[in-house]
Amino acid sequence: MTDAEIHQRRKKNNIMLGLVLVAFVVLVFSITVAKMMGGANMEAADHVLRPQLIEQ
Amino acid sequence: MTDATMNTTSAHSDFGDYVALLKPRVMSLVVFTAAVGLIVAPGGMNPVLAFASILFIALGAGASGSLNMWWDADIDRIMKRTQSRPVPSGKVSANNAMLVGLWMSVLSVGMLGLASNWLAAGLLAFTIFFYAVVYSMWLKRSTPQNIVIGGAAGAFPPMVGWAAATGSVSIEAIGMFMLIFMWTPPHFWALALFMNEDYSKAGVPMLTVTHGKRTTRNHILAYTILLTPFCIGLAFTSIGGPLYFAMSVILSAMFLQGAVKLYRRVEADAEADKYAAERKVFRFSLFYLFLLFAALLIETALRAFDLHWSAWPQVF
Repeated sequence: MTDAEIHQRRKKNNIMLGLVLVAFVVLVFSITVAKMMGGANMEAADHVLRPQLIEQ
Repeated sequence: MTDATMNTTSAHSDFGDYVALLKPRVMSLVVFTAAVGLIVAPGGMNPVLAFASILFIALGAGASGSLNMWWDADIDRIMKRTQSRPVPSGKVSANNAMLVGLWMSVLSVGMLGLASNWLAAGLLAFTIFFYAVVYSMWLKRSTPQNIVIGGAAGAFPPMVGWAAATGSVSIEAIGMFMLIFMWTPPHFWALALFMNEDYSKAGVPMLTVTHGKRTTRNHILAYTILLTPFCIGLAFTSIGGPLYFAMSVILSAMFLQGAVKLYRRVEADAEADKYAAERKVFRFSLFYLFLLFAALLIETALRAFDLHWSAWPQVF
């Protein structure tokens, strides 16, 4: 296999991997949007007692 | 293929070789059954979250496939059916297969938990553990009951899908689990009948190797009979209905007919026609499972359009 062929194959593999990573980012973002639209509690702990943490 | 030719390709693994590690054909069945489990479950799920859940269940199945290929590389190399898999053919190293499997397991379980709930994620984690450790590492090489117990791994996806949608496991989810669980032994033993030489060469104690083909034929019939009540019983749960019932009766009758035919056959006949009937039953069994799950899907669609028969008895 020549160098040119190896580069060609690597390029193809890199593009595929890049597409998968982009798709994953889009998916995580979509999940976040869907969760927030569903009214999920998205607050993380910030080590301070906030009024909304106290159960009614 | 000699060792020398095997190693020439090892330096170049393509993206596609890593996709092959995930067993895309097994994955397609997992996607389908998990999707049905999720869709037939009561209560709507956000379509984005539903899509993501099915994707991560499939990824989890892929992860266990990859771990299986890492662990079984030595026997995959011997069996004709599996020789071209990425690890035995030298396209991906066994170590990489293990790393891909482990990381994909973590990713799929974590993401399924975030996208749906942690019960579904826990079930997925258990499924991966069951397939990779209980089946591949413990059972496959030690007992002819390997696929009977290992079949549970393949039976979990619809239950995980159901759990993703509802946050619980109910009788319907268990029913779908049992359908695949009971279906797996006759399905794989039909395959083992015509792939026996592969298994015996690799030293995998399939029933055909340890107890012979006669016993295997008896077992196929027995398990197909045992499968039938689970198959038809699902018609009388909240996800069943008359259409599924009709389908399950017809398909069960056909599967039983095939099993009886295999039971009656003697080895000389099977060898004479190169296991034509065995191959036919194997192919039919795939078709059987697909149609049953498709029927469940149609029942749900009918209910959504208010076309279901309200007098249909719901026993379970």
